[in-house]
Amino acid sequence: MTAVHPAEKNHWDTQDVGSTASGGGAVETHPVRRRRRRRLTGATFIPWLFLFPAALIFLVFKFIPMAEGIRLSLFEVRPFLGDIFVGFKNYATILQDEKFLTASWHTLVLAGGQTLGAMLIGFFLALLLEGHAKSLWFVRSAVFLPVVAATAVIGEIWRLFFYPAPEGFLNEVISWVGLGPWEYIHNTDTSLVSVMFVGIWKHAPYDMVLILAGLAGIDRQQYEAAAIDGASTLQRIWNVTLPALRPVITILLTLAAIRGLRVFTEVYVLTGGGPAGSTDVWMTRVYTTAFEQSEAGLASAGSVLLFLVTLVLTVSVQWYRRRKEAR
Amino acid sequence: MSVNSSRFDSAIGWSTRPDAWVGRGIRVLLSALAVILFCGPLLVIFSGAFDHNPDPTQLSVFPDNPSLINFKVAGENKIWDYLANSLIIAGGALLLQLAVSVFAAYALARKKFRGQAIALLVILATMMLPEEVIAIPLSLVIGDLPLVHVSLKGTLLGVILPLGAWGFSIFVMTEFMKEIPAELEEAAKVDGAGELRLFAQIILPLCKPALGVIAVFGFNMIWEQYLLPLIVAADPSDYTLTVALLALRSDDMVGTGIVLAGALLALVPSLIVYLSLQKSFLRGITTGAIKG
Repeated sequence: MTAVHPAEKNHWDTQDVGSTASGGGAVETHPVRRRRRRRLTGATFIPWLFLFPAALIFLVFKFIPMAEGIRLSLFEVRPFLGDIFVGFKNYATILQDEKFLTASWHTLVLAGGQTLGAMLIGFFLALLLEGHAKSLWFVRSAVFLPVVAATAVIGEIWRLFFYPAPEGFLNEVISWVGLGPWEYIHNTDTSLVSVMFVGIWKHAPYDMVLILAGLAGIDRQQYEAAAIDGASTLQRIWNVTLPALRPVITILLTLAAIRGLRVFTEVYVLTGGGPAGSTDVWMTRVYTTAFEQSEAGLASAGSVLLFLVTLVLTVSVQWYRRRKEAR
Repeated sequence: MSVNSSRFDSAIGWSTRPDAWVGRGIRVLLSALAVILFCGPLLVIFSGAFDHNPDPTQLSVFPDNPSLINFKVAGENKIWDYLANSLIIAGGALLLQLAVSVFAAYALARKKFRGQAIALLVILATMMLPEEVIAIPLSLVIGDLPLVHVSLKGTLLGVILPLGAWGFSIFVMTEFMKEIPAELEEAAKVDGAGELRLFAQIILPLCKPALGVIAVFGFNMIWEQYLLPLIVAADPSDYTLTVALLALRSDDMVGTGIVLAGALLALVPSLIVYLSLQKSFLRGITTGAIKG
């Protein structure tokens, strides 16, 4: 209050003195000032009070670590010896590192394959299970369970299924149709596909729910019109259903693919990046660099690079979406 | 031509007439296949956990030799301690997350203030910074909190606090609170209700459906955490149940059955939460999840 008081006095002074030239202006500034004061005391303060817990947690556990990560990425981190500033050397090292390059390739394949596969299976599940019947609701609930189970749990059970001997669970199953035995995650040729398969299995039901929501929004009369025109089921799906779902599918595909770039837990619990680095992805590489090789600077540079890629992709997707919506 | 409306309950046009038994048969068969494919693996966890000495080559949907021995041995491997860690983290972080989200959403949805747009942008930015991206510096920050210089390494609080605020929950709650008509608030103000009473007695009770949504999503997100508890742990006794599974499996003295008993204990809480709040979960996916 004391800080406001002299200024207020001053204000009244100027109004008194400058009544000839700026009298009108003074009358105008008066309400503006009062509004500002009220904002500072009540209307601004109380909202920020309510926002304070979130702001504090985000500051300490998101933004400070982010800033710290960027700082670390420019240093050679030597615990107890003092860090040395190395500029962009860590970035250069990572971008020339054979293992990181392989890992980035694996990440792209895994994110892309998993996203597409989950969407495709999710689409078929949605077509199969669309409807109001109680039994369908039950089946949908059951099929959805992999989504809620923790990735670590799913990893353990699939590891057992992937038991490489001919007596292994999955090998038994595929032998019924004359396939196998395969070695799944234990063979460098099949390990990445096996990890992808588990990812598809976990994420497909999630996509199913979203596609079901999209399907529910389609005007039934369009189907009837198509049926009257003599379109087959396949033609109806292709010409009516898919175009109606396209906006949902496009956005979900891109967002899921971006999220897929950060894949860690699935790979870590299933294979730990092995065998022989055949499933190593960007984040497992970063983890190994940081916590097993104790190269915090290098690993931070890896994290920052991942962040930049996801940032650029997310912003461009949002921008593209806005532009489309604006049209 | 009479196209009855029930035929287009679905995009495929699955017939619901009793005489169309071929179509119905195909649908039943495929549905059964889907259930086996997506639920079967989880059922195998159940049977394996209760099976005396399950061999990884002889997994089945029903235990051959039911017993509780796996849980007993798992108990000797401190599985209940891990479960307790997980449950305390889930409970604590969820309560914190709910409170923080509701408070923040109240400000964002019911108030107009300077810096509102910036606040929204900042919260959006946090969603670009998941644990994976900031894992390394986060582990340093947790080991030495800024200003207060307290280490949370090896504590449950070290996992709980970073999970205490989640942009997704704040956004879902904000969207919901925006829908509450302003007249209610004004009427309460006329009656002389203060800011806190307004929040606690008018707005909060109306938010119950949204609370269900963010609770089930929050629980799922917390239970799914893997990297965070891994980097916060100072030694294996700090592990959550999900993180401990890998350590259990890597131990040659521990058999498959014990790992599956642990996996089952990690699975059951998520099943309970999902099955009891299923409607909230599905509503959350279809209304809010597209934003994530």
